[in-house]
Amino acid sequence: MLLSMNWIGDFVDLQGLDKLELIHRFSLSTAEVENEIFFKGADLSGVVVAEIKSVENHPDSKKLHLLKVDIGQDELVDVVCGAPNVRVGMKTAFAKVGAKIGEIEISPRPLAGHMSYGMCCSEAEIGISDDNGGIMEITDDIANGTDIKQAYEIDDIVFEVDNKSLTNRPDLWGHYGIAREFAALAGRELKPLEVEDLSAYDNLPKIDMKIEDKLCQRYSCLQFENISRSISPVNMRIRLYYCGMRKINFLADLTNYLMLEMGQPMHAFDSRKVGKIRIKRFDKPFVFRTLDGVDRNIDENTLMICNDDTPVAIAGIMGGLDSEIVDDTTTMTLESATFDSVCVRKSSVRLAHRTDASMRYEKCLDPEMTTVAVARFVMLLKQYDSGVKIVSALTDEYAFKYDEVMLSFDKAFVDRYTGIEIDNDTIVKTLKSLGFGVELNGDNFTVKVPSWRATKDVTLKADIIEEITRIYGYDNFEIHTTRSPLYPVRAYAVKSVEDKIKDIMVKRWGLHELHSYVWAYSDEYKELGIPVEKNIRLANATNPNIETIRNSIIPTQLCQLKLNTAYKADFGIFEIGRVVEGLDENNLCVERKKLAVTLFSKTRDVKTLYFELRDMLCGLADDLRHQSLSFKSVEPEHSYIHPINCDDMEIDGKSLGMMGIVHPTVGKRIDKKAAVVFAEIDIDVLAESKNLGIVYEEPSKFPPMEYDLSLELPQELFFADLSKCWENAGDILKSTRIVDTYDSDEIHSITIRFVFGSNERTLESTEVQSIIDGIVERLGALGVKLR
Amino acid sequence: MDDRILSLKGELEDKLNAVSDLSELDKLRVSYLGKKGSITALLKGMKDLSVEERKTFGAEVNKLKAYAAEKIDEKTRQLKEAEVKREIESMPRFDITAPVDLDGGSYHPITLVQRQCEDIFKSMGFTVEDYPEVVTDYECFESLNIPKHHPARDMQDTYYLENGQLLKSQTSAAQNAILKKFGKNLIENGVPIKAIFPGRCFRNEATDACHENTFFQMEGVMVDKDISISNLIFFMKTMLSEVFRKDIKVRLRPGFFPFVEPGFELDISCLICGGEGCPSCKHSGWLELCPCGMIHPNVLSEGGIDPEKYTGFAFGLGLTRLAMMKYGIKDIRDLNSGRLKALAQFTDDE
Repeated sequence: MLLSMNWIGDFVDLQGLDKLELIHRFSLSTAEVENEIFFKGADLSGVVVAEIKSVENHPDSKKLHLLKVDIGQDELVDVVCGAPNVRVGMKTAFAKVGAKIGEIEISPRPLAGHMSYGMCCSEAEIGISDDNGGIMEITDDIANGTDIKQAYEIDDIVFEVDNKSLTNRPDLWGHYGIAREFAALAGRELKPLEVEDLSAYDNLPKIDMKIEDKLCQRYSCLQFENISRSISPVNMRIRLYYCGMRKINFLADLTNYLMLEMGQPMHAFDSRKVGKIRIKRFDKPFVFRTLDGVDRNIDENTLMICNDDTPVAIAGIMGGLDSEIVDDTTTMTLESATFDSVCVRKSSVRLAHRTDASMRYEKCLDPEMTTVAVARFVMLLKQYDSGVKIVSALTDEYAFKYDEVMLSFDKAFVDRYTGIEIDNDTIVKTLKSLGFGVELNGDNFTVKVPSWRATKDVTLKADIIEEITRIYGYDNFEIHTTRSPLYPVRAYAVKSVEDKIKDIMVKRWGLHELHSYVWAYSDEYKELGIPVEKNIRLANATNPNIETIRNSIIPTQLCQLKLNTAYKADFGIFEIGRVVEGLDENNLCVERKKLAVTLFSKTRDVKTLYFELRDMLCGLADDLRHQSLSFKSVEPEHSYIHPINCDDMEIDGKSLGMMGIVHPTVGKRIDKKAAVVFAEIDIDVLAESKNLGIVYEEPSKFPPMEYDLSLELPQELFFADLSKCWENAGDILKSTRIVDTYDSDEIHSITIRFVFGSNERTLESTEVQSIIDGIVERLGALGVKLR
Repeated sequence: MDDRILSLKGELEDKLNAVSDLSELDKLRVSYLGKKGSITALLKGMKDLSVEERKTFGAEVNKLKAYAAEKIDEKTRQLKEAEVKREIESMPRFDITAPVDLDGGSYHPITLVQRQCEDIFKSMGFTVEDYPEVVTDYECFESLNIPKHHPARDMQDTYYLENGQLLKSQTSAAQNAILKKFGKNLIENGVPIKAIFPGRCFRNEATDACHENTFFQMEGVMVDKDISISNLIFFMKTMLSEVFRKDIKVRLRPGFFPFVEPGFELDISCLICGGEGCPSCKHSGWLELCPCGMIHPNVLSEGGIDPEKYTGFAFGLGLTRLAMMKYGIKDIRDLNSGRLKALAQFTDDE
């Protein structure tokens, strides 16, 4: 919302104050002011009122005229002018030689062979409207030679307040409310609003008006006729223009002016079309044409202003085309009303039509304002058009009144909440300056919230704290720490697991942590040939590419690999992120936190990479839980996984996750030559698994004995199968490892080194040999031969 | 002196001069001083001499023996020295100015900034909590004093899911649960609630250099008997100064958030442009970093805490924005881009 300092100055004396500093304070104490402040008229000088004394056609041009203008000096000035509306006796804005308009400085110059000593200006040229159709017309009462800035309020400081920061302040949607804040900040008086005494018209007949729906809180209206003025006074137009409002005609401009001044939207109807005002909703939807010429679908939830049964306006949003003021309108009905804020907001959302009026109604306007606004309107109307005749009594139905809000609190409450000392006098003064009624009894305050703050904004004691502190100024707060007692803080298991995983992945394995989005990116998946698997979807996605929530991070990471194939020949990425694994029995999302790891290599073969990944995962289980993982070959559940190598892993007998190799069709689309492997594990399962801790084993004083067995295996045997042959070998078998492997088409062989040892004695070779014999025998039963 | 002794001495001296390695020298030693060595042989040949001659000759041979041993030792020393010297000289001077290629891993910048913030708050006795990303309307709105049809819901363009749940639009969605989780200990044992809960949030909006639909916040709450606005400003300023490791300029403005009263917008002087104005701060010199405020009495009540007895503050720090400022990241979209060229630079926070 754009605000004019001149306008604010109507209601609070700003003389002698640094206006920019005040605007800055307003931003820190009331609502956010946008950065750019407009110094209207600052780039304009040397423009005066001039009267056209003669008009001659230019001999060589059809468009140009040769003028002589009176600028209040002894001699007339010669000007060449191209405007269509020049005529003798007309007064206009004239930029003298030496005048500055923006970047341009006016100098004498020849125009089609004739010297021109200045320039007649349009309103747009001097920046007071967007009218560039001809030169400005100035009324006769202003003396020739008067500086245009003396004649009109062109100099102004205009600033913009972020509408979002006014969401909770219905009172700040007009200059008067803003002026109240400035008055409080500057410590000056807020002037009362000058209004017409409408009781003088009480004897006139009332308008036939009835609220038939509780969604209308208050409806005030008045009829008048004999309006002769069609164009608004210049100063009014300047303010409207500076505040971003289009000029329409005097009456419409005046309703807008009142809205910008008081925050009260108003509407003028042609009384011929609106004789029997009814405010209600309709049972059935229908089409209604608003004054902007658009046909809109009105449903049964939209409140309408009607002439008996004919809708004439959408309550709080926009008037209808049929009842608009037209050229032959003689009698007008002025509406000033308040409607239920939610109703207006929802209707405007449904209609996809948000207007200056609806924006204000959404905020819960103060119903007390409707009649004051009418009285103010009449005062201004009569001021600018003295022939106006009021033809009805003020007709007012006040259907819904907000409760009066009274709040009590004591000084200790303020002290506790603020943590600083603000004395009673300052509290009283601050609240009074904002229009609150305040009674102080000892240290006890009783506060009456003004009507314009009592519609929803200020309802609690805590709200009063804000009023006191924001005017006090947060920059003025003395700050200090708390006096709360201290207690130990226990780390959250999942959190510490997560932190450690990240450190291990980064520091030990050199992987890169990436972030991604929680949805499947269907376009990117498609490029890799990964289908978007069915899962819960966003109900209001604006981009079809991000509709479905992902059930795994792996496809995301495969897309990320595709982005980074040129980064290095070898790299790995990981993410700890969320996925949704369908819905539970209560129709709620089953959200899981996962660690996903994906490795990419153009230099190593896929087997080496797969084993490296296995080692990473086993390392995690060992580092974090001192556990080993058990692996189980499984059929892949997703089409992007290689059907041969896909393994589930378990910890504590629970599924921890899976690891796999990319399916070649997907892999080739990532990179023709690279090996790609991945794993995804459930962080919560890992965090909840048992931590076996470190079991310290004293190093033996006796030398270990090593025994190597070279074995020839039938192809299908896994090490896990072989190891069953020595699981009962006894305590003295300390470890086993593979020291050599040999594979050919016919033979698959490995050499296993068995390490025996004891902490109590030197082992006898016979006891070791008998264990080995037992192992060999059991291996033989599996078809394993010694080499 | 006996001729044999003289010639043996001369022969030894010649041979010693010719020796160039230790194994040769050892052979030489054995051939003179060993059991079958030539000097030893001289002694053995003495049995034919008279007692007198034997005495003189014996003494000379022993002298030669001592001389030979000394010379050989000396030569050994020389050769050992020469060997070390050769070893030293054989080592080339390495060019350690050659380009470095640390093939190390990296953290996401959000992780680094989040850890710093967590560390600061942990050092002040705050617990770090975690919360899901998919939440209910109650968690994200109702429990936060944002009833249905509240205009504040318009302020946040929320992603709704088909089942009526939503992607949390703010970390405050965890507030109610946190208050309930720790409220009992506050009421029964007087243990203040001090918690932070970092998390990812979502807003249904178009993305550009300054806007993302997915971003990180870190919510913090503290509730006790006398928590004040002054305390809130203190914690905010302290935390930000610790994060940026310098005294940070902050300012508070009134901000409207239904779950706080009073509510504030906390701005800090833009660290990318130093306050002069740049696209990241929308040319204002200030960055809106952290909505905060005193927890609304209705929110406390909804969390089972009596607002007449307890007060508290809450803040929602924009971790994403913080990371951008801290590292001078100008385009917010880089963070979720997955591009290693940008993101592999964050090797550690120190």
